[in-house]
Amino acid sequence: MNNRSYKGWLYLLPAILFLGAFMVYPLVDVFVYSFEEGYNSASQSFFGTGLYNYGYVLRDEYFLRALKNTFLLVIITVPLSTGLALLISVALNSIKKLRELFQTIYFLPYVTNTLAVGLVFMILFKKTAYTEGLVNMVINFFGSPSIDFINGPYWAKMFVLCFYTIWVVLPFKILILTSALASVRQDFYNAARLDATPKWRVFTRITLPMISPQLFYLIITGFIGAFKAYSDAVAIFGIDLNAAGMNTIVGYVYDMLYGNGGGWPSYASAAAIILFAIVLTITCINLLVSRKHVYYV
Amino acid sequence: MDYEKIEASAARRARAGKSLTYLFLAIWALIVLFPFYWMLLTSIKSYGAYNTEYVPKFFTLAPTLQNYAEAFTAVPLGKYFLNTVIFTLVTTVLMLIVTVLAAFAFSRLDFRGKDLLFTFFLALMMIPGELVVITNFQTITNAGLRNTFAGLILPSVTSVFYIYLLKENFEQIPDELYRAAKVDGSTDFRYLTRVMIPICRPTIITVTILKVIECWNSFVWPRLITDDTNYFLVSNGIQAIRENGFGRENIPAMMAAVVVISVPLIVLFLIFRKKIMAGVSRGGTKG
Amino acid sequence: MKVVLEHLTKRFPSRNKKDKSEVVAVNDMSFEIPDGKLVGLLGPSGCGKSTALNLISGLETPTEGKIFFGEDDVTKLPPERRGVGLVFQNYALYPHLTVRQNILFPLQNLRGEAKLPKEVMEEKVLEAAKLVQIEQLLERKPSEMSGGQQQRVAIARALVKMPRVLLLDEPLSNLDARLRLQTREEIRRIQRETGVTTVFVTHDQEEAMSISDVIVVMKDGVLQQTGKPQEVYNDPDNLFVAKFLGTPPINVFDGSVRGGTLFIGEDAVMKVQGVADGPYTVGVRPEAFRVRDDGPLCCALETVEVMGRDTTIISTHPAMQGVSIRSVISAEYAEGVGGETVRFYLKTAKVHLFDPESGARVRFAEAEAL
Repeated sequence: MNNRSYKGWLYLLPAILFLGAFMVYPLVDVFVYSFEEGYNSASQSFFGTGLYNYGYVLRDEYFLRALKNTFLLVIITVPLSTGLALLISVALNSIKKLRELFQTIYFLPYVTNTLAVGLVFMILFKKTAYTEGLVNMVINFFGSPSIDFINGPYWAKMFVLCFYTIWVVLPFKILILTSALASVRQDFYNAARLDATPKWRVFTRITLPMISPQLFYLIITGFIGAFKAYSDAVAIFGIDLNAAGMNTIVGYVYDMLYGNGGGWPSYASAAAIILFAIVLTITCINLLVSRKHVYYV
Repeated sequence: MDYEKIEASAARRARAGKSLTYLFLAIWALIVLFPFYWMLLTSIKSYGAYNTEYVPKFFTLAPTLQNYAEAFTAVPLGKYFLNTVIFTLVTTVLMLIVTVLAAFAFSRLDFRGKDLLFTFFLALMMIPGELVVITNFQTITNAGLRNTFAGLILPSVTSVFYIYLLKENFEQIPDELYRAAKVDGSTDFRYLTRVMIPICRPTIITVTILKVIECWNSFVWPRLITDDTNYFLVSNGIQAIRENGFGRENIPAMMAAVVVISVPLIVLFLIFRKKIMAGVSRGGTKG
Repeated sequence: MKVVLEHLTKRFPSRNKKDKSEVVAVNDMSFEIPDGKLVGLLGPSGCGKSTALNLISGLETPTEGKIFFGEDDVTKLPPERRGVGLVFQNYALYPHLTVRQNILFPLQNLRGEAKLPKEVMEEKVLEAAKLVQIEQLLERKPSEMSGGQQQRVAIARALVKMPRVLLLDEPLSNLDARLRLQTREEIRRIQRETGVTTVFVTHDQEEAMSISDVIVVMKDGVLQQTGKPQEVYNDPDNLFVAKFLGTPPINVFDGSVRGGTLFIGEDAVMKVQGVADGPYTVGVRPEAFRVRDDGPLCCALETVEVMGRDTTIISTHPAMQGVSIRSVISAEYAEGVGGETVRFYLKTAKVHLFDPESGARVRFAEAEAL
C-alpha cells in the first residue's frame, strides 16, 4: 500500500470505526438475534435456532395490536398531512403579505421537543376530575357531551394521536412544498393565463406535474416516518403504551428490549425485521407507482 | 361585451378568494401556535388557581414564576438541561470531526477501494435506526456503559447522510485550488482546515444545526440506556416528570418545565431562521 | 387585426423601498400596428420594449393610456380574454407534456360555445405543426428537442388558437448564430402564411431590419421612430436611431455649417441649403464614402480590409467621435488606396445632420457634394 492510499484510510478511520461498531455489526447481529430461539438477556443463553421468534411475535396479541395501530396511523396521517401541506403551501404561495410570518409560524413544530409539546396536547385533550379540558370545553359549546381522548374510546385516542402526528410532520412537508412551488417558473403560469386556462386545470396539469418529484418524495418519506411512529404516542399516552392500547411496532420493539416485560432482544429483533420488511415493501410499491406518475426533469 | 362588468365581478371574486386564503392560513397558524400559548399561559398560573378552573381560562390576572422555581427544585430539571447541553455539544463536535475527515477522504484523496467503500456507505443510509438499536443496546449494556455519557454519545455520533452531504459540497471546490495549495507546499490537512472548511462553511453550519436539533430532541436511545436520573436528558426528564410528576398532578409546574425545554431551540430557530429552513429543506427529515 | 397604442405609460415602483421614486418603463407611447403586418419592437436592453409587449399581451396593465385591438378597447381586459398568442423568450413549453399535448393545451381550455370536438382539435394541432414543420416530432418531449425545434413548437402553441395578435419576446436570442438566420426567415414565412398581426421584440437591429414590415425603435421607454425598416434607416429622426441602425454603424463627426457649406472639422465636404449656420453633429453612413484623389475629406489611413465584394477602409479624422471611421466601398474603387492618407467625397443622401445638443435631426433642403 503506498503512502497516499494509507492516508485516505487514515482519514476514514474514525468513520469506519463508528459505523462498524454501531451500524454494520449491529445490522448483522440483529438477524442473528432474530433466529436465536428464546434468547434471554439475563441468562445470555438460547435453546435453538429457527423461525420461532417470528412466529411468536406474529402471534403476540400486543404485536398485532401495535401492527393495527401503526397501519391505521399510516393510512390516516400520510394522505391527510400531505394533502393539508399541499393546500397550505398553495395558499402560502398565492399571497405576498405576511407570507414570511406564516412560514415561520408553520415551521415552529419542527424545532420543538416532541415529548414536551406532546404533553401540552395531552393536557388540552385530557379529561380529569378537576377539568373537562379545553378541547372538551369547545365540544360542549357545540352541544356534544365530553369525550375522554386520553383514556377513553379507541377512536378518540387514535384521533388525538393522528392529530398530533400531523401537527408534528407538517412543517417539513410545508417547507418542501412551498420551495417546490416557488421554483415553478412564472412563465408557465403566464403562458397558461394567456391561453385562458381555468385555475383548476392550471393546478392539475401544470403545478402538480411540476412538483410531483417533491410530492412523491414526501409521500415516501411520510410512509417510512409514520411506520416508525413511537415518540408521539409516548408523549401523549405515556411510556406504557400497551396498557393504553396505543402501542406501535417500534414501541413493541423497545418494550421487548427494555422496560416492562423487556429483556427479549430476539423477539425485538424479529419484530424490527418484520417492520423493516413492511417498510421496504411499501417503499418499493411507492417507487413503482411514482415511476408511472412522476415527471422528472 | 361589457368588459367593465366582467372585470368588476372578477375583481370581487379575487378579493373573496384572497380573504378565504388568509382566513385558512390564519386558522392553521392558530392551531400551530395555540399549544405554545397554552403551555406559556399554564406555566404562569398558580397551582391553586389552575386546579380551581373547571372551565379553563384563556388568560391569567395573577401570573407567577412559582412554577419555574418548582420545576428547577422539585425535579432536577437543571441537571437534565446540563446533561442535554453536554450530550448535544460533545455529540455534535465528534460528529463534525468524523464527518469532515471522511468527506475529505472521499472527495479529495485517492486510495484503493474508495468507490467500493463509498457505495457501501451509501447503502448504509437506507438502514433504519430501529434495526441497529437492539444490538447497540446489548453492546453498551455489556460494556458496562449504561448511565454514562460515553454510552449515550458513542452510538449517536455517526451519520452517513451528513458525510454524503458534505462530500458533495467538498467536490464542488475546483481542483485548481488543491493543486495551487500543493504547489505552495501545503499539507492535505492544512488544505482541509484552511481552504475547504472555510469555503464549505454554510453546509457545515447546516449539518451542525440539524445535528443539534436531533440531539436536543433525542428520546429513544437515552431512554433505553439510562435509568439513573443523573444521566437523563430533557426528553427523558419530561417523560419522568409526566410519569411521576411533582409528587402530584402539578400541571403548571410541568408546563414550566416544558417551556424551559422548548425555549432554547425556538430561540436558536428565530435567530438562524433562514439558515435552518434552508438546511432542513436540503437535508432534514422528520416524520 | 389592427393594434393601436394610445399614450401608453407604465410606471413601476422603484425596487429600492426607501426611495419613493418610480421607474418609467414606457413613457407616453403611441403608435399603430397595421393589420397583418410583422412589427419589430427594437431597442437596447432596458428600453421598455418587453414591458410594451407585456402591455399588449395584458400581463401588465398600463398606468395610463389605452390599447385597442381593431375597434375594441382592450386596455382593462385581462390577458386570457384578449386572444393573444405569446412566444416566451425561453419558450415556456410544459416540460412534462409532449409536443402534441403542448400544442393541444390552449385548445382544451376552450369552454362553452367555443369548445371544439376532439377530432377538430387534433386536426388543428396537426395543421399548426405542419405550418412550423414539426409534424414528425409530435410525440417528443421538449427536452428531447433542439432550441430551434422548441421555438417552432412554442410558435405552434401560440398560433393554434388563432390569436388576434401574435407576440414574440426575443424569439431568436436563445439560438446559435446559424439557427438564428434560419429561424428568422421561418418566422417571416409563418407570418406571411397566417397573415396574423405579429409583434416581436428584439435588441438586434439586423434581426428587426431583415424581417419586419415596420420597425418601432425605443429608448428609455420613449418611442423614437416608427416606419419601414429602409425608410427609418435612410431617414432617421435623431442621432440615436441613426446610430442604433446599421452595421457597421454610422460614423459620427463634429461639424459645422458656415455660409451654406458643411465642414467636417476644417474639411468642406458639401454644399447644403436650408440650414442655419452653426455647429452640427454629422452622421455619415459607411456606404456614403467614395474614394477620390482630390476628395474634400482627408483621413489618415489605418487599415484596408478586403472582404470579397466590398472593401472596408478604416481611417481616422481629427473631427470624428469614436475611435475610427469605417467606410464600405466596392472593391473595384478601392484598388488604388494606400499610403498615409485617403481622401473621400460623400454621397449627400447618406449624410445626416443632427443638433449637437438634442441629437434631433436637422434636415437640409438640397445638397451637393464637393
